[in-house]
Amino acid sequence: MPKKPPRARPSPPNDPAGLRARPITFQLWEKLMSSEWPLWEVFIRGQHGLNHRHVGSLHAPDAEMAIRNARDVYTRRSEGVSIWVVKSNDVTASSPSDKGPLFDPSNSKVYRHPTFFDIPEEVGHM
Amino acid sequence: MYAQLVKSEGAKSREEMLPEEIAFQDRIDRGEKIEPKEWMPEGYRKTLIRQIGQHAHSEIVGQLPEANWITRAPTLERKAILLAKVQDEAGHGLYLYSAAETLGVSRDEVIHLLHTGKMKYSSIFNYPTLNWADIGAVGWLVDGAAIMNQVPLQRTSYGPYSRAMIRICKEESFHQRQGYDIMMKMAAGTPEQKAMAQDALNRFWYPSLMMFGPSDKDSVHSAQSMAWKIKINTNDELRQKFVDQTVPQAKYLGLSVPDENLAWNEDKGGYDFSEPDWSEFFEVIAGNGPCNEERLGARVKAWEDGAWFREGLMAHAEKAAARAPVAAE
Ligand SMILES: [Fe+2]
Ligand SMILES: [Fe+2]
Ligand SMILES: [Fe+2]
Repeated sequence: MPKKPPRARPSPPNDPAGLRARPITFQLWEKLMSSEWPLWEVFIRGQHGLNHRHVGSLHAPDAEMAIRNARDVYTRRSEGVSIWVVKSNDVTASSPSDKGPLFDPSNSKVYRHPTFFDIPEEVGHM
Repeated sequence: MYAQLVKSEGAKSREEMLPEEIAFQDRIDRGEKIEPKEWMPEGYRKTLIRQIGQHAHSEIVGQLPEANWITRAPTLERKAILLAKVQDEAGHGLYLYSAAETLGVSRDEVIHLLHTGKMKYSSIFNYPTLNWADIGAVGWLVDGAAIMNQVPLQRTSYGPYSRAMIRICKEESFHQRQGYDIMMKMAAGTPEQKAMAQDALNRFWYPSLMMFGPSDKDSVHSAQSMAWKIKINTNDELRQKFVDQTVPQAKYLGLSVPDENLAWNEDKGGYDFSEPDWSEFFEVIAGNGPCNEERLGARVKAWEDGAWFREGLMAHAEKAAARAPVAAE
């Protein structure tokens, strides 16, 4: 059974927001938080032609607002010339427990790095 | 420090740890970063939520004492600067809330905990900003103390927290400099202006020292947090560094630090200084500071007044999504 809401009293002058007079109940809170905006991941491309890079996340009701908010939250000092946003729920991530099977095999393939090969100095820059 | 009293479990000895806890501690000792979906002790997760949450709340509530002066800044340029500074603080709060969310709490949950008094923000923001010199003192001292705390936290073990701190630290030194710039102007102004600057220093000095939290001998939660690298320096270490850095800056302004016991100590290579009144600190944390009700009241009011807007935009987004043609298979 939900508890009866507390009776509203006028706010005293030293309590402008009425905090004392109107304690926040869970019911009131639930009503107020019924519509949490979804979370978006934000990617920014800087000035120098590099890839978009993940910079953080933010809440926004839709993609358009996510881009507007990303502008204010992540590019206040000209950090970017392009923004991507994607709903966090739509990101599929590799799981930490797959770290070994996914990434260990490349450890033994040192020949993929140029430094594996000794090229005589006489050959010149290569 | 923005997170002054963060409860954490007492430190465990190696013998008491479970095998996965030992492996986790070894990763931290090796300097590896812990990332959101990886295994972590429940205590680590909970302590981090408290600490990052408290830090985020401090950034958000911390906007209020300064926002108070945006419309009353003495010049258009000062107004634009202060506006940018306060906007940065909003950004800091948002980076940190996002970091907290990676630990499995929702944004609304942590905000709810703030609004119901179950989560704290820094005691410093429960002091009033009475005049323009206070805005100088806040930037200089409060952001100065925050930087002291935040710079080492860039090396914290939790990846998202560390990345948020790096981003924040890049933006903070502008905050402190704009504050000091105001203080320089005031201190070099008319005798009345200089007196205002001195008065602001007098009022903000001890509350700034309190920002680092209680003395090490009284802060019971440090050991575990330091082992986990979610706290890098002790409260007293940071306070000492802050005093040593700030005293010469006050001297340059021709202002005096309101502490009769302040004296250079050759042996330790730092200043001796008076502790703040810790009973005042605990009173303010408990909700009885000069502005606690006003600050929290303003946050709750903003949240409630914004409800129709948040709901309206969400309803609009849902409607638009329902109307959009379904993408081809
Ligand atoms: Fe900040
Ligand atoms: Fe700041
Ligand atoms: Fe701040």
